Formats: sequence, C-alpha cells, structure tokens
Amino acid sequence: MGLFVAQLLTGLANAATLFLVASGLSLIFGVTRIVNFSHGSFYMLGAFVGYSLMQVLPGAIGFWSSVILSGLIVGVIGVIVEVLVLRPVYKAPELFQLVATFGVILVIQDLALMIWGAEDVLGPRAPGLKGIVRFMGEPIPKYDLALIAITPFVLFGLWYLLTKTRVGVLVRAATQDREMVAALGVNQSWLFTGVFFLGAALAGLGGAIQLPKGGADLLMDFNILAAIFVVVVIGGMGSLPGAYIAAVLISVLNVFGVAYIPQSTLVLMFVVMAVVLTIRPYGLLGREEVAGEHGQVGEPEKPIKPASGRARIVVGLLLLGLVCLPLLDSHFVLILATDIIIFCLFAASLHFLLGLGGLVSFGHAAYFGGGAYVAALLVTHANAPMELAFLMAPIGAGFAAVIIGWLCLRLTGVYFAMLTLALAQLLWSLVFQWDEFTGGDDGLVDIWPSAWLSEATTYFFFTVIIGVGGILLLRHVAHSPFGYALRASRDSNRQAEATGIDTKKIQWMAFTFAGAMAGVSGALFVFSKGSVFPNELEIAKSFDGIIVVFLGGVKTLSGGVVGAASLELVKDYLTRFEYWRLALGLLIIFVVIVAPHGIVGSIRRGYERLFSRSTTRVDGESS
Amino acid sequence: MNTQQADSVLKVTGLSKSFGGLQAVSNLNFDVRRGELLALIGPNGAGKSTCFNMLMGQLKATQGDVFLRGEKITGMKPRKIWRKGVGRTFQITGTYQSMTVIENVQMALISHHKKLFSIRPYATRLYRTEAMQLLELVGMSAQAERACAILAYGDLKRLELAIALSHSPSLLLMDEPTAGMAPKERINLMQLTADIVEERDISVLFTEHDMDVVFAHAHRIMVLNRGELIANGTVEEIRSDPMVQEVYLGGGSVFANESSHA
Amino acid sequence: MLEITDINSFYGKAHILRDLSFSIKPGEVVSLLGRNGAGKTTTVKSIMQLVKPQTGQIFFDGVELTQLPTHKVAKLGVGYVPEERRIFTDLTISENLEVGRQPPREGVFEWTTDILFDLFPNLLERKNNRGKALSGGEQQMLSIARTLMGNPRLLLLDEPSEGIAPVIVEQMAQTILRLKDEGLPVLLSEQNLHFARLVSDRAIVIEGGLKKFDGAFSELEAQPEIRDAYLSV
Repeated sequence: MGLFVAQLLTGLANAATLFLVASGLSLIFGVTRIVNFSHGSFYMLGAFVGYSLMQVLPGAIGFWSSVILSGLIVGVIGVIVEVLVLRPVYKAPELFQLVATFGVILVIQDLALMIWGAEDVLGPRAPGLKGIVRFMGEPIPKYDLALIAITPFVLFGLWYLLTKTRVGVLVRAATQDREMVAALGVNQSWLFTGVFFLGAALAGLGGAIQLPKGGADLLMDFNILAAIFVVVVIGGMGSLPGAYIAAVLISVLNVFGVAYIPQSTLVLMFVVMAVVLTIRPYGLLGREEVAGEHGQVGEPEKPIKPASGRARIVVGLLLLGLVCLPLLDSHFVLILATDIIIFCLFAASLHFLLGLGGLVSFGHAAYFGGGAYVAALLVTHANAPMELAFLMAPIGAGFAAVIIGWLCLRLTGVYFAMLTLALAQLLWSLVFQWDEFTGGDDGLVDIWPSAWLSEATTYFFFTVIIGVGGILLLRHVAHSPFGYALRASRDSNRQAEATGIDTKKIQWMAFTFAGAMAGVSGALFVFSKGSVFPNELEIAKSFDGIIVVFLGGVKTLSGGVVGAASLELVKDYLTRFEYWRLALGLLIIFVVIVAPHGIVGSIRRGYERLFSRSTTRVDGESS
Repeated sequence: MNTQQADSVLKVTGLSKSFGGLQAVSNLNFDVRRGELLALIGPNGAGKSTCFNMLMGQLKATQGDVFLRGEKITGMKPRKIWRKGVGRTFQITGTYQSMTVIENVQMALISHHKKLFSIRPYATRLYRTEAMQLLELVGMSAQAERACAILAYGDLKRLELAIALSHSPSLLLMDEPTAGMAPKERINLMQLTADIVEERDISVLFTEHDMDVVFAHAHRIMVLNRGELIANGTVEEIRSDPMVQEVYLGGGSVFANESSHA
Repeated sequence: MLEITDINSFYGKAHILRDLSFSIKPGEVVSLLGRNGAGKTTTVKSIMQLVKPQTGQIFFDGVELTQLPTHKVAKLGVGYVPEERRIFTDLTISENLEVGRQPPREGVFEWTTDILFDLFPNLLERKNNRGKALSGGEQQMLSIARTLMGNPRLLLLDEPSEGIAPVIVEQMAQTILRLKDEGLPVLLSEQNLHFARLVSDRAIVIEGGLKKFDGAFSELEAQPEIRDAYLSV
C-alpha cells in the first residue's frame, strides 16, 4: 500500500513538468493553429537558463526566483521567435510554419551548445527541500511533494488567467473563431504574440522546475517532444483540462510501468494514446476538427505531364553521370552518392503522400527504419540471405503502413499528423526497448550484402538501379489513374466521392505504397551501412523527410528528390563545421521566409517570370 | 399528380431531417418524373441544401426514404448513388484544381470505367475522345488543355456539367447551378442544360434562387419553407400562389403572432 | 458617413458584387434588400474587409477601408453582426460581451452591460450561461449586444430576422428603432420586407450584385414592378 501511494505521488510529481510544457503547446495550437515543434527547445532553454540563474542567485529565494525568471526569459525568447520567424509566414500554407519551427529547433540546439557546452548539467537541489519524507515506510522526495503542491496553483493560475481576465476571454474566443474576434476590433497579431509568450514561458517554467530531478542536457528538446505531443493529443488539442488529465494519466502509468514492466515504459505511453484515440478520435476533451472543403492550402499546383522528350534526355544524362561516378575512384564520393540516392527515395516516397495525397505524415521514418529493421532482424535471427531479407523489407514496412494507415486515416489534418507521429514513436520505442530481439540502443550490426554485392562499386550500382528505379516508379504511379485518383481525393474530396471514388481506400493504398517504398530505401540503407540503430525510426528522421519535401517544393513532382539531394549535399558540407546545426537551421528559416514555394517551385516561378508567354494567369485571390 | 408512378425516376417519401432539436426538413414527399426539369425553391434556410444532401447521400435522413426507379437508395454513400446513375453539381464548384480541364472529365470517366486502382497506363491518355466529346457538348473543348485553376467561374460551371454527364446519368441533381454567375451567363447555362437533358432523356432536379432562370426553364416548381413543402405546381400556379408570395416577402408576421405556414 | 464606390467583390472565382455604389448618411437606417444570393452578405463583408473587394473604394468618415485589416475597421467604429451570429458558444454571455467591449468613443452613445441587459432582459437572466445554451433568437440578441459593446458609430446587421420566431423579430424591430433614436446609423441586410419597412428610412435593392433601386421606402412602394422583379417570386 505504501509503495503504491509512493508511486502514485511520484507520478503526480512528474505530471507537473509534463503538464506545464504540454499546456503551453496546447495553448499555442489552440489560438494560432501552429503545431510548434520548437516547443521542446523552449523547455530545454528553460532548464539551462534556470541552471545558470541558480548559480548566481543564492538560497531558496534565489532558487524559486530563478525558476520564475527562466519562465519569463524563455517567454521573451518565444516572442522573438514568433515575431521574427513565424509572422512572416503566417500567410503561407499552414504546414510550412512547421518547417520554420524545425529550423528553430536546430538553431536553439547549437546556441545552447555554444553557451552551456556539450556536458550534461546536474540540476541543483532545491534549498530546503533536499531530503525525503517517509510515508508508510516509503521514501518520498520532499521536492516531489512540493511539485505536487505547486501544480494545482499553476493550474489555478492558468484557469484564472483564462477565465477571469480580459486577455483570457479573448484567447478563448480566438480559439473558437479568430475571424469574429478580429471583426470585433481585436488585433490578432498581438493576441498571437501574447499566446506565444505564455506558451513559451510555461515550457521554460517546466524546464526550470524539473532541474532538481532531471538536470539539463542537449537531448531534452527531442526527448520531451513525443511525450508532450502525446499528452496534447490524448487530452484533445487546445484543451487545458484535457492536457492536465492526460499528463497525470501518462505520468502515473509511466511510474507504475517502470515498477512492474520496466521493459516497456516507452511503449506504454503510445499504447495508451492509441487506445484513447481509437475510442475518442479527437482526444479526451477535444473537439472534432472540421476539415476544409478543399484539401490543399494556397494556390493549387500546376497540372503534371508525363516527361517530355527533352526531360527524358536530361534525366538520362544525369543517370549516365551517376553511373560514371565510380570512375572518380573516390570511396568518399561513392558513399555520399549512395546516401543521397537512398535519402532521395525516402523523400520521394514521403512526397508521394504529402504532395500528391495531401496527407501530412509526421512519422514516415517508421517505414524507413521499419524496412531496415525487418531486413536486419531476418539476417540476425533467421540467418536469411540478403536477397530474401531485402525483399521482405518493403513487405514488412508496407504491412506496418497498412495497419497504421488504417488507424490514422480515420482522422484528418493535424490529428492525422499527430497520430502518425505517435504510432511511429510506438514502433521506435518497441525497437528501442526490446533489447533481446532488436538489440535496443546498440542496434543490429553485421548486416552485409551477399558476396556478389559486397564490392562498394557494385553496391553503388545496385543502389542506383533500385533507388532510381524506385523514384521513377513513384513518378510513374503519380501519372497513373491511381495517382490521379489520389490527387483528386486531395483537391476535392467531396467531388471525388460524388463521382464514385472511394477516397479513403485510395488514400489507404497510397499510404501503404509510400510505406513500402520507404521500406525499400531502408533496406538499401541497412545493407550499405552494415548496421541499423533505433535513431533511423526516430522523430528527427521523419522531420528530415518533411523538411526536404517542403524545401524542395511540395507542389512540384520532383520537389522531394531535389530537396533531399540538396539537403544531403548542404549537410555534407556544413557538418564539417562545429556549429552546423545553427547554419542549417538559419538556412531552413531563410528558405521558408524567402522562398515559400520551395526550391523547385521558386525556380519555376523565376523561370516563368522571365519567360512568361503562354501561361495566362488569372489567379485573382492570391497575392 | 395522377398515375405517373411508372414514370417516376426519383421518389421521396416522408423524408425528414433534424439537427439536434431543429427540424430542418420535415416529411417531404415528391416525385421526379422522367424527362422533367423540376425546380426546388425557397428562401434561405428553408432546407433545400439539406434535402439535396440527403438525396445524394451526404447526409443521413432522420426519417423517410428515397427510391431511385423503385430501388431504395436511402443511406447509401454518395459514390454508390453516383454509380446508380445519378449525377450531381454543387453550389460551390468542386473541380480538381491541380488538373487540366480535360483531365477533370477523364478522372470521372476513369472512375466510371473502374480503372481507379490501375497503375500502368498514363491517366492523361485514357478516354480522351470521350472526354473531348463531353467538353464539346458543353462548349469547353477549346479550353481542354488549360489548367482548371485559371478558368473563369462560368466555365467551371460548364466543366462541372460535363463531369456530371460523364457516366450518362439518368438523373441530375443540380444545387444552385447558376449561383455566382452574371445574369446573361445564367440563362445560357440553363438553356444548355435544358437542351442536353432533353436530347439525352435525363431528368433534373435543381435548386435555384434566380427566378428568371426558374421560370424560363422549369417544367414544374416545388416551394420549400421552413423545411416543409408548401406548394408544388406549374410555373403559372406557383406565380399566382399567394402563400408563396408571402413566404418570399416575409409573411407580414412581424407584429402578429400568427404562424400561417401550413 | 459611409461611401461605397464601384466595388467588385469575388467569392473564390464567383463575381458577386458588380460596380456597387451607395452611401449612408449619419443617423440613417438603410435596408439592403434582395433575394438569396443577390450579394447582401458579401456587401456587408466587403465593408468589414472580411471579403476584400478587388476594385473600388469604401470610405468611412473619410478613412479608406479597403487597405485595412478587419480589426482596424472595427476599431474605427464599424460594428458587425454576422448572419450566422457567430457567438462564442464556449464562453458565457458576459464573456461574449467582454470580447466585444471597446473603449468609449467621443460623441457616441456609450453602451454598458447594464444598459444592454436592460434592452435584452433574456440575456440578463442567463448571463452566466454558456452561449451554446441559448436559443436562436437569444443568440441573435447576444450577437447584437456584443457588437454594441464596441460603441459603434455604424452598425451592420446581416439578416437579423432570419430563422427567428415572430415574437423575437418584433423585439428586434424595437431594438433597431431604439438604436435609431440614439442616432446610430444602421445598414440592415434583409429579406423580410415588412420588417425592413418598419425600421428603415431608405431601401437599396440589389440583384446579381448590381444595384437596382436606391430610394425612400415610399418610392419603392410606388414602384411595384421593382418589388415584383427583384424581391418577390
């Protein structure tokens, strides 16, 4: 009994941080409709800033004022991000803002590295709350009790702010109907900035307040990201009470999980989410999101055509150049080219979903890593020959996509995106924690191709054939009736359904196909590296995919491939520098603001502007 | 309505819909007879769109049934109803903006020929002749290769008509076919529709707020008010019906607490 | 005080308003009449800049509105009551009023919650209820009251009588007459001719986005052909 209560209390204490951070995310989303991926970074900053302040400010008063000051400072940083990065892109297609927040993650990571160094920082104990108290014989840290006591006040404070103040009333009104709030004379820009301040401040507060329990390190941002998304999704996006209930639910379950099923603590969270969303697709206290009539935001993409003779020649020449690469006799170039082709295929498969299908999946790495792991597991445990393992990779990844697609496609928009992310994380946590089967963190090694492919040059040719072949296949399918039906479902779901197209089924098939193709790239990857680690299924990998598709241009057929190739090349160059993340992050933000149509889209626009003859443009409403 | 039963293409019996406590449509009974252009009119919020969405399967009826040539289609999905030979155009056009004009029609033809899951052929090369014929029919063949996104509104409406005709429907449901068009274009589009349906023996049920269009082309008119059918007759009958006048002019019921809508 | 010149507005690709011009003088209640789809709502939204007219100008007390964001138009004193009412259903009635509150304006009647609750007693009884608990008529009242909290210098009412019980419409008419007494100019978009005649001095009739009539109600009565052509069946 004592142990039970002690665990419950630990869970409640952990819920404090989770709730603080998640409520900020939820608030920001509710009002601005922006899914702020850099929220984890605000949390991390809160921890580091809090740590530095605590070094300077002494005693209990110093400690607690440091916590509060960290919140305020991070709030101001949030405002800077909102004003500098997000304001310029509010009018861009909404998911473009996500890419901008990815850029922010990278920038903050390197800034933190510059200021606080790479070493993990141990959080100071809270003065006066260092010891433990015994409850029925079980030790309970005093600080946990303090956290449990504080959370209701924070909740109360937020509740007071949101219900009893004018600003709070405006925020809630804007969550429901932004346009009407503007029509009543309220300037939304300031409301957005204010909400960003509050949201970021809450994240910073969360980061600082957990210092005595967890310290600060450079991985905190991504580590908490999945958890807070889960909390927000389970609670219902935009609902604070929902976030609180979900935070408590997840934290308490987690503590019991650690005690009774220690191998599956990570999985547990995602299982809970999957169960909740299966029963209540919009979260515990969430409201159904009304999807717009037309799938694509902004200007529609240009009609596509099968490649012209000239285009075929250009592609042929490029291929020829690729095949001639081994003549350079540089091992480095071959490896780089192999990596690029693999990443291009992965990006092309994601682009198929995202661009043609309008289905924004945040968890596409699941099928890349999934394919890699299927192959690696078959080699490791079944001693399967490389050929069989390679063949099973897309089948395995496609199978995962069939199930995940079925679950996710019941939802639309942000909810769809969030569920794909969470289910991908579920797979990741399985791989990460199932040590004896997947090797856990140590990954699976010694996964080499068969003898006839063991030569680096031969494997490179193999990659060219399979990888480029895969990209061309994806491209061909885009031009087939199936690809057209997918675009039709995106352009006007209503019209498609009203002319006999089973849009859900089309999308489901597309999801599966894209997953299988990502599986192919995963298989190419694992045999080129000889090993695979859980980070190939990680959020960061999925994000990489989304970034390149957006950077290349979502609304262009070749956007995924071009974006992937450019990013790999840029990355290869930048990673030679110490602060390459900073540079890359700034570059991404720069592209988002300056060229919101992506690389291919912007080049095409420039080209059209130079040689605008036949293309009469009557687009009235767009600016 | 005499013994027209045999000629009834669409039969609606006791159709009702309530949203929460609000009765949007109550107890509708009517037929669409073969070859006729039947107009459904009524003020804003009278329930026209609700009625249409139930006929086409977008909304579930609370009560009542819809029969297509004797077969019950109540509760069927829109795409199933379409496969049974019912075409539809929307108040706000729902064309595929990222495709060319002819591809929009080809898409419907691909669906009609059940080639949606095929990944081998190039979609743009399928059923081009058929699609071009349909575009010619609505006077859009010259613009076949243009991007749908740059079409003028009136042309979009024509394109939508071509799409709706692609599976040779026997019944066409048109929701405000001329909304948002200039008065002259309206008459032209409806004239075109009237000619085509006569030639191809298609029955049409349409809602419309432009009375010039309704009076010029409808064979029969039904008037809906507050979810109820209050009149059903020829153009002349409707024009001279005092109750219809009252509904359109706002009843005079401002200061009298009467509700005279039977 | 409101001067609209040759505006053309589109909804997506549909050309809704065609070279529409009219003006409203201080203290005047003007009805904007026309059938469904004639362009009444688009006219009102164009003034609010919720729909941006592609050409033409709208001056409000000498300020050009077409370049302004919606909240600035509201700040200038244009009060807007939308057709769908759009009250905040998750907020209480008092909170709904709070959203609409703006500082007092010189030379304009200053509305307070007390005065408004006096005007709409139903709202007072339920002031701590959430918006979603209200009936259609009550929602309409709340929507009007919420806009009045901004102390507007011009009120745009979009089809306030639509779908509302006759008793409430009667109350609504009295409210508008009261506003007229306070000297507040109103643009009333309406389909209910009797209601419009009761409260307004002048009528503007539009059809297909074109102005067909602009004049005193008595003139409109004297020209039954206009009524028959654009308003009746």
